Amino acid sequence: MLSTLTSRTGLQGLIVYAGFVLIFLFFAATLGSESFLTTKNLANIVLQTAPATVMAVGLVFVLSAGEIDLSFGAIVALAALVAAIAMRNQPMIVGVLAGLGSGAAAGAVNGLLVAYGRLPSFLVTLATMGVIAGIGRSISDLQSIPVISPGFISFFGGGSLAGIPSLIIWTLAAIAFGHLVYRQTRFGAHVLAVGDNPRAALVSGIKVARIRLSVLILSGACAGLAGLLYAGRLQSARYTLGESDLMTVIAAVIVGGTALNGGKGTIFGALVGSLMMGMLNNGLILMGLSVSYQMIIKGLIVLVAVAISLRDPNR
Amino acid sequence: MSNPVLQLKNIHKAFGGVTAIENFSLDLHSGEVVALVGDNGAGKSTLIKMISGVHPPTSGEILLDGQPASFADASVARERGIEVVYQDLALADQQPVYMNLFLGREPVKGPLRLLDRNRMIAETEALVKELDVRIPSSRATIRDLSGGQRQGVAIARATHWAKKLILLDEPTAALGVAETGRVEATISGLKARNLAILIISHSLDQVFRLSDRICVLRRGVQIGIRETAKTDKNEIVSMITGVGQ
Ligand SMILES: Nc1ncnc2c1ncn2[C@@H]1O[C@H](COP(=O)(O)OP(=O)(O)OP(=O)(O)O)[C@@H](O)[C@H]1O
Ligand SMILES: [Mg+2]
Repeated sequence: MLSTLTSRTGLQGLIVYAGFVLIFLFFAATLGSESFLTTKNLANIVLQTAPATVMAVGLVFVLSAGEIDLSFGAIVALAALVAAIAMRNQPMIVGVLAGLGSGAAAGAVNGLLVAYGRLPSFLVTLATMGVIAGIGRSISDLQSIPVISPGFISFFGGGSLAGIPSLIIWTLAAIAFGHLVYRQTRFGAHVLAVGDNPRAALVSGIKVARIRLSVLILSGACAGLAGLLYAGRLQSARYTLGESDLMTVIAAVIVGGTALNGGKGTIFGALVGSLMMGMLNNGLILMGLSVSYQMIIKGLIVLVAVAISLRDPNR
Repeated sequence: MSNPVLQLKNIHKAFGGVTAIENFSLDLHSGEVVALVGDNGAGKSTLIKMISGVHPPTSGEILLDGQPASFADASVARERGIEVVYQDLALADQQPVYMNLFLGREPVKGPLRLLDRNRMIAETEALVKELDVRIPSSRATIRDLSGGQRQGVAIARATHWAKKLILLDEPTAALGVAETGRVEATISGLKARNLAILIISHSLDQVFRLSDRICVLRRGVQIGIRETAKTDKNEIVSMITGVGQ
């Protein structure tokens, strides 16, 4: 198993697993079974990372296609707010569709500008990040909006199915669906081809523009779902949701083994990367560090992890 | 004689204000090998890209089987049985060999239309064996192959899918003597299968070994077409260089 894993992804692909184990052992040793090593805390880490993992799935597609999305954090808040506002006087399903729809629509705006406007995704999503964050602030008046639908809160937040918490089901569903599409469909193969060599993809009859549009819509929709998960777990929506996820999710995906410049990636790696980032977050809080130190240490660890991940001997 | 597979009529191509091809005309018949020769920058690759639909000509006509062809993009030409080995090979470097052979045409199976990797791998292995392309494995990543092996993969892909016309842009540029011999044998095989072949090469020995006719281009100008059997290297060299005419 290990040997097939190495031969397929190279040693590089294993770094995320090593980092995961290392960080786990570090916190287990320093914090021990009082705070970190409890079933409740470990389960909590998984639940808390659910939105980030869902965002990571979308980002794997975007990066693999050779693009970047900087706006997904802002889309998270927009989708959560839109869903919460819609559910003030509409049934849950309207809120869900409005939330997911606003995420996908924001992604479509990014995608159209990138694919057909031929603008670099870095600049497009940097700009739309600001615009979307502004829209989120304006529709919510900087207030947090409560979500009262019990169905929604159970489905996207604290509920469970056959004893498995909803958030874990969402995580597994996103990973399974993402992996299937990424590895087993022509769409996934074309995403990789476009990120690898767009000219070769074009002369091979792949609709390059359509792929670029699709991955950005997918990323927007994933961010929309992540917004619903936040709204369900916190039972409210606020313009600050997703704000801190931008760096975390990009780091999770890259540490997980997805290339920053396209053509290569893994959904499972992104899951492990995301759990690793969640564990880091959790451990630093439990160590009692102030928020400012948490930010500094997290930033440095991300820097080291990303630097190691990108040291591809073939590049 | 039957309709030519490919007819180029007064093709003109300019990039911005720069003329790359001036008034080029050529008929290409099935079972025929035409070599396109000329110095660097003469416009050879540009001509191939116009035939395959990468660049539209600025003016002039391209006919396929006597029908005007207007290729919106390169996929249309492919659907009509035209395959190209581009000078830069057009391979996706981080993908395995078998994915490159099926790039844009991946077979799927089942109601979920999932990729049929086993079939791609099996067909790749058969093809690589048939053409004697020596690569470590059909699952090898293109980036890990030598320049010659990559060229072998690009040629294998084009020969696998070509039904009517194959355009080869310096297909043996990176190949050793033995590999060049194998590619030349493959090209002769395609000719025997009655495909039309347009090959760009800087090796006049190769051109004389393979071609029925030789078309010379100099700085975008079509200098002339000669029957290979009725010309010699000296004449072709002086047509290419413009010296000694
Ligand atoms: N996309 C492009 N944009 C602008 N100019 C181009 C473009 N493609 C080719 N040219 C110009 O057209 C001319 C012909 O180029 P082309 O690549 O067809 O030459 P070639 O005969 O294939 O040369 P070589 O033997 O070096 O491959 C050159 O002057 C080149 O600079
Ligand atoms: Mg050329």
